[in-house]
Formats: sequence, C-alpha cells, structure tokens
Amino acid sequence: MTRDAMRHVYGWLLLTPAAILLVAFTHYPTVATVLDSLYSKGSAIRPSRFVGLGQYAQLADDPIFWKVLANNAWFALGTIPASVALAIAMALLVNRALPGRALVRMAYFTPTILPMIAVANIWLFFYTPDIGLIDQVLSVFGLPGHNWLGDTATVLPAIIAMTIWKEAGFFMIFYLAALQNIPPELGEAARLEGASRWTYFRRVLFPLLMPTTLFVLINAVLNSFKLVDHLFVLTKGGPDNASNLLLYYIFESAFSYFDTNYAATLTVVLLALLAVLALAQFFALDRRIHYW
Amino acid sequence: MFHAVKKALLGAGVAAALAGMSAAADAKTELTMYYPVAVGGPLTKIVDGMVADFEKANPDIDVNAIYAGNYNDARIKALAALKSGQPAQLSVMFSIDIYELIEQDAIVAFDDIVKTDEEKAWLDSFYPTLMQNGRTAGKTWGIPFQRSTIVMYYNKDMFRAAGLDPEKAPATWDDLVAAAGKLTKADGSQWGLMIPSTGYPYWMFGALAMQNDQVLMNGAGNETYFDAPATVGALRFWKDLGSKHHVMPEGTIEWGTLRKNFLEGKTAIMWHSTGNLTAVKKGATFDFGVAMLPANKRRGTPTGGGNFYIFKKTTPAERTAAMKLIRFMTSPERAAQWSMATGYMGVSPAAYETAALKDYVKTFPYAAVARDQLKYATAELSTFQTGRVRKALDDAIQAALTGAKTPEAALKEAQATAERFLKPYM
Amino acid sequence: MTAPAGAGGRFAGALEVSAAWLLAVVWISPLLYALWAAFHGGAYATHFDPTAPLTLDNFRQALDQAPFLRYGLNTFILVTMLLAAQLVLCTLAAYAFARFRFWGREAAFALVLVQLMVTPEILIVENYGTLARLGLVDTITGIGLPYMASAFGIFLLRQAFKSTPKELEEAARLEGCGVLGVLWRVYVPLARPTYLAYGLVSVSHHWNNFLWPLVITNSLETRPLTVGLGVFGAPESGVDWSIISAATLLSVAPLLVAFLLFQRQFMQSFMTAGIK
Repeated sequence: MTRDAMRHVYGWLLLTPAAILLVAFTHYPTVATVLDSLYSKGSAIRPSRFVGLGQYAQLADDPIFWKVLANNAWFALGTIPASVALAIAMALLVNRALPGRALVRMAYFTPTILPMIAVANIWLFFYTPDIGLIDQVLSVFGLPGHNWLGDTATVLPAIIAMTIWKEAGFFMIFYLAALQNIPPELGEAARLEGASRWTYFRRVLFPLLMPTTLFVLINAVLNSFKLVDHLFVLTKGGPDNASNLLLYYIFESAFSYFDTNYAATLTVVLLALLAVLALAQFFALDRRIHYW
Repeated sequence: MFHAVKKALLGAGVAAALAGMSAAADAKTELTMYYPVAVGGPLTKIVDGMVADFEKANPDIDVNAIYAGNYNDARIKALAALKSGQPAQLSVMFSIDIYELIEQDAIVAFDDIVKTDEEKAWLDSFYPTLMQNGRTAGKTWGIPFQRSTIVMYYNKDMFRAAGLDPEKAPATWDDLVAAAGKLTKADGSQWGLMIPSTGYPYWMFGALAMQNDQVLMNGAGNETYFDAPATVGALRFWKDLGSKHHVMPEGTIEWGTLRKNFLEGKTAIMWHSTGNLTAVKKGATFDFGVAMLPANKRRGTPTGGGNFYIFKKTTPAERTAAMKLIRFMTSPERAAQWSMATGYMGVSPAAYETAALKDYVKTFPYAAVARDQLKYATAELSTFQTGRVRKALDDAIQAALTGAKTPEAALKEAQATAERFLKPYM
Repeated sequence: MTAPAGAGGRFAGALEVSAAWLLAVVWISPLLYALWAAFHGGAYATHFDPTAPLTLDNFRQALDQAPFLRYGLNTFILVTMLLAAQLVLCTLAAYAFARFRFWGREAAFALVLVQLMVTPEILIVENYGTLARLGLVDTITGIGLPYMASAFGIFLLRQAFKSTPKELEEAARLEGCGVLGVLWRVYVPLARPTYLAYGLVSVSHHWNNFLWPLVITNSLETRPLTVGLGVFGAPESGVDWSIISAATLLSVAPLLVAFLLFQRQFMQSFMTAGIK
C-alpha cells in the first residue's frame, strides 16, 4: 500500500477506540430510544408489544407532559436572559480597576464549581418557610413569610433564581475573555467623541460581544434541558408538577414507574428539541463568522 | 413413558434441591439484602447491629446489607440489580410496592416457602392490620418490619401557654381546629398545625379519608375511590385548615423539614410518621406529647413503611437462609429492640409482651400510641401501577392545597387518571 | 469599561465599586451561610448569634453517619480514571481528525459532534440497559464509560493540533518519528495548555455530576460524593440542617480548595475551553 493510502488506515485506527464508545453510548442508544418508543410498557405478566405511535398519542393526552414542557420553556426564559445580563454586568465590573478585584471575581465564579446537588441543599434552607433564611430576613422587616417551594406560583421562580446564581458567574468568564480582546482605544475614541457610557456599551461593546452572547445562549439553552439535579433535593417536581422538568419526568417514568417505553417516547421529544437547537447553533455560527 | 419423564424431572429437581442444601452446609450462603434507609441515617447502625447478631448466631450465612436510600430508591435499585443479574435475595421495600413486584414477577409468596405448621402459624403472628398491605390474591407476599402509622406530635408547653389541657390532645376534627386556632399566633411566628404534603401526601391523606370513613382503594388493587364524596370532604377539610381556618400555612408543607419546624417551635402540632418518635424525643427541648390522630366520623390512619420480600430468583438454600434472617429480625425480642431504637412499631403483639418493651412503654407511654391506634388503621394506598396512581393523587392533593384546583375538580381528575391506568387490571 | 474622568465619573466609579462588592457579597453568601451552619450547633443553624460557640461536631456526625471519605475516594478514582481515558481516546481521535485526510472524515466528525448536544445524561434509560448487559452496573467504570469518548475533548484537541505548524511535524519525521512518535513528540507537548484546560473542566464537571451516577450506582463502594450527598440529604425522617451543611461542605471542599488555590488556572481553563 502506498503511503498516501495508509492515511485512511491510520485515520480509522486512531479514531476507532473513541468511535466504538461514541457509537455505543450516543448513537446506538439514540436509535434504540426511537425504536423503544414504538413499543408498550412490558412486565413479566404483560410482555411489551408493538404499538406504533400509540405512545405518542398517550403523550399528547398526558397533561403532565405538556406541563413539564411549558415549565421547561419558562425555566429557560426565566434563567437565560437574566443570567446573561448579569454575566455581562459582572464581566464589565471586574474588567476595570477595582479594589479586591480577584476576590470579587472569585465570588462571582465560585457557584460554578459547586455541584448542583450541594447548591440545592444550601438553598433549601433559604426557601424553607418560617425557619428558612429568606423568611427570617423578611420577618426582621416585619413582612410575612412565604412558602416559596410549596406554592405553585413561586416554586419555579425560586428555582430559577437559584439557577441564575449558579450560572451567571460561569457565563461571566466568557465575557471577560471577550472583553480582554477588545482594544481599550475603542473606549478612548468613544469618550473623545463625547459618547455616553451607555451609548458606548449599546453601540460598540454589545455588538462586539455578540458572538460570545450567541455561544453563551446556546450553552444556556442546553443547560436548561439538562439541569434537573436540584429537583431531587428541592421539590421532586412538585407541588402538582409546578417545578417538574422534562428530564426529571423521563427519570421518573423510567425509574419510578418502570415504564421505560414511555420514558423513551419522552426522550425522543427531548432529542427532537435538541436537534432543533443544533440547527440553531449551525445558523448562529454562520453569523459569528460575519462578526469576526 | 410420560410418567417416566415426569418422575425423572422430579427426581432431578429433588436432587438439585438436596445439592443446594448440602452446598449450604459446606459453604456459606450469601444473602444480599436491599434496605430502604438513607445511608447514614442512624437506622443504618441499628440494622447493621442486628445483622451482625444474626451472623453470629448463624455462622453459615453471610448477609450483605445495601442501604439504598428512600423507599423509591431501594425499589429501583433492587429491581435493577435483579434485572442485571446481580445478587439480591431479599429486601425490605415499601409495603405498597407489592403489586408492582408481583407484576414484575420479582417476588415469591411466603406461602410457597413455609413448610411446617409452626412456620405457617408464624405468618399469622403479626398484627392483622399490618398484614393488609402484604396480602393479595389469597397469598402473603410481605412480612412487616419497618412499619409505622401516622401520629400527632404536640408541644405541651405551647398547649399550656394557650390555656389548653396538655394531657388532652384534640380527639375530633372540630377539637383540632379549635385547639389549633388558639395555638396559632397572628404574627405568623407560630402555627397551630402542620400536616406535611410533599414526599408522601397520599399517605397523610389516607388518614384524613379514613377519618371521614372512606378507604382509597379496594383489596384487589384495581379500583380507587378518589372522587367519592367523603374523599372530597377530607381534602376540603385539609385545604380549609390553611385557607379558611388559617391554623396551618397555605400551600404545601415540606415533609423533610417538618420535624425541624416542630422542634424549632414553629408549629404546635405536627402529623408525622411514628418513625420520627425517637428523633423527636432526642431533639425536643420542650415537653411534648404524642397522640392518636383525631376522628371525624371515626378515627383512622393508614399503616405505612416497609415489608420484607424474598425475590423469586433464589435457590432453595438462599430462601431458607432468607427465611431465617426474616424470622430473626421480626422475632419479638428483635422487634422490641427495633421499636425502642427507632419509634417504628413492634410488628407483633408478642413484641409488646417482651419485658424490654413493656418496661420501655412504662417509662415512655408514647411508644405504645402507634400500637393502640392500630385497631383503627387501614392499608396504605397500594394498587397496580402504584407509582402512577399515587402520583395522580399526590398531584391532586397538592393542586388543591396550593389553590390551583378545587378539591372536587382535582380529585375527579385523579380518579380519571387512575381509572385509565387501572383499566387493564379490571 | 474605561471610566470617564471628572467628578461625575469618580462618583459613578465609586458606585460601580460598591455595586461590584455588594453583588459579590450576595453571591458568596449562600456558601458563607453553609459555613455558619456547619460550624455551629443545631440550635444556631437558623439563629445568628456572633457569640455562638464553634464546633466540629456536625462534621464528626456527618462522617460517622455516612462514609464520606469513601465517597470522596470513589469520586477521586472516578475523575482520575475518566480523565486518563479521555485524554488517551480524545488525543488519538483528535490527531486523526486534525492530520489524516481519511475516507469518511467529515461525516465521522459530524457524528462525533452529535455528542455535544446529545450528552449521555439524556440517554440514561438506554445506557442503563447497555451497562446492565455489560455487567457494569454499580461499578466506577460504569459511571465513567459513557463519558470516556468525549466529543468536547476531541473538538478542543483537534483545534489545538490543527494550529500546530506542519513544519514541526516534517522535522520530526526526518528524525525518524513514526505516526505515534510525531503525536507524542510534537503535538502533545505543544497542546499542553489545551490539555490543562480540558482536564480542569472535565474534573470539575465529573466531580459535580449527579444524575447518571445516581442511576448507575447502588452501593457505598461505588457511589461518588454527589450521590452520597443526595442520598444523605433526603432521609425519610427529616433533615438535620447542620449535619447536612457539614456534609455538603465535605463534598465540595476538595474541589473548592483546589479552585481557591489555582483560581487563575481554573478561570483561564474555562475560558479556553469555552472559546473554540
């Protein structure tokens, strides 16, 4: 074989170990999930059988499914813009001369390296009615306490607040990196032309940060589908599914109700949503080239 | 010819069984037992101690206890282990998992294991109410062990401060509302009553429904009565405690932090599992009392907690060893020791006849409240598809308590959902 | 932002400094609260009294009630094993993508990138089945296996290898290096910053991962810290605040301390890893 032909052999040989694992744990299970969603729940007494799209019909009739889907949307809408805005603010704040800058930056970033499950443990103590920290602070000001996690109206916002706290510092890092690549002369020039700081931010900085924002947005949306760890500690999806999210419902279906086939059907929906996101990223990257 | 084959097969079976037994005599029998406590709860140490005692008494049996977390985790883990071919011979699991376990063909009925008359009599030695969740289709599948009922804990100091008789706990719903009203402070610093509504809302609700003289399901586990008028009335009462009488916080109340609320003096009364008794006794800095739940049309509480199950994928030798272990753990002396250490019930009348538990009850009468309440108790909600059916009821309860739906509408929906899931089992 | 000059500017500057600090205090306060609860007796968990006596009792009890040291060891084994496997697998695959124009390369790369979206936690149900068939349920290998071939790692290293000047490879070849020799002598050393970045990100991610380890582990011998903490924090009979705070701190301490010591590297790594 010629040396040129050998590149095919080398390429595949080098790729094979990773490829086997990727196929086994990403591609094969994706296909298997789709197939499983076409069969009914099986047990020792009632074997699983082919039901075509029957599970999807059940899904369409399942109010909990629609509820968790809506929750996921609200969770994304609640966490993403706020944490991105905070991340930009944080990055701007620590990108300037500031006494104790390293400390401040560290404070912002620390939540990122804490596991969600630990974070939830801590925040549970904030949200607990009466004896929790928030209610205690409120009572100092003579305000009545609130059952934050026990009220369908406040449970999702409570979880959103915690998630913003967890994520903003992470996103800040990317903005910091981006800001450091922006030449300071731009600010000087803007100042000389008498532009206000807000104008400078809106007209110059924000557009320059756009690629970062897109990258962060995609990460944030992905996270909003994958972050469910806190539900195990805080709410188990309750009350009345008010804080239930799609991935947690998948877990419940598979491991609490032993209905792996219904779980597969739900997973297909999640995969479809992610596929849409993948396309969005594709176009986002297109725009990114335009900017850089 | 046919006969000969049958005989040969039988012979082989007997030979295999004998081989199994003789192997047990030579080698140690290994038992893996799944147990539903959080690793780390103080219960782990107690179970470990009992297992160690058992191994000492039975040197030919090795027991490996796996602490899998809460009931749900334990069931998931044990069934998953079975599916993947890992060893698991017996488990303490939620008593209400019985239908799921039968449907998964995971467990074997004790009637098929017991041989001697003495063993058969043993099956009848437990409190009959505790056996309700362990028996269906004419067979016994679960042996009661980590069993509880709901009791009412109350803060006697607060009763005194509110001008109530600390030795007289509210005995009816009306009494309860009246007392809780006096115990509630207007500034929100102290509530009269808390009934937890996360974690196991259907369980607390089973008590309220029973007090309204209504059970939640039939004995065959394929029918529910979620929208019966008395059930709806029970849920309305629960909701009214918060929204009408204002003696309980509105919204749902967290199961896990409730004990802390009680110990911190944020509520004067709490309904909780007897399994909390020892922890409350240790943690309370005030004078507290324990009483039966109050009555409306009658008194009532569901039983709760875990039963022993033996898995089907076991050799005869393992089943024998598992039986030994279960009989050891549920023997009157052990049941008494367990009850004193945890607050869970002694599972047989004989346990309360042991000297140790008798003495304990004498110095701490509240240890017997759960037993005395047994005569009013009923089975815990348990049906086929129990996870889904239970969730339907849990969601309905939480929807009503948070004001998202009326009790009628919420329970009607839950009933419809339950009927949909139970249709194949009628 | 560069601050404009003048008195108004100075005022705005002071305002910004205060805002930055206020936000920092708010941001760190949950952790400070956990510290407070963990180092004080249960009675002070929700009462802030500066004279409250400090105690290590909660830590003692947490360690006594659950084998957090064992969990810590499990987590350590997990992240080490996983990182080692990731580095080897991803290096080889990235090298293939960066330097060999083999048949099907573009398609294969696209298939690899699928994992950036469809991460293993989404496929818990099927992956559980696969591991059960392999007999790897409740093993540390089982926790790590689905993550070993990391699309993210392949992607990052491919970028790094691609930016390595070809001339260096030619030179190494002239000195008689083979395919793997070139990789080892030229590409790997030059990609060191990428390795460091990926390593830190991977370790923090898997130190904190919860859902998949929860599903796949049953026993003390395999359970990582997060799962141990999750199981510990949700006992049937109520939460003991101070002990849980202590347990929480025990679980995050190693990573947190590492972060505090190597702050700059951590943040730099997350930055490098994020900016593709």
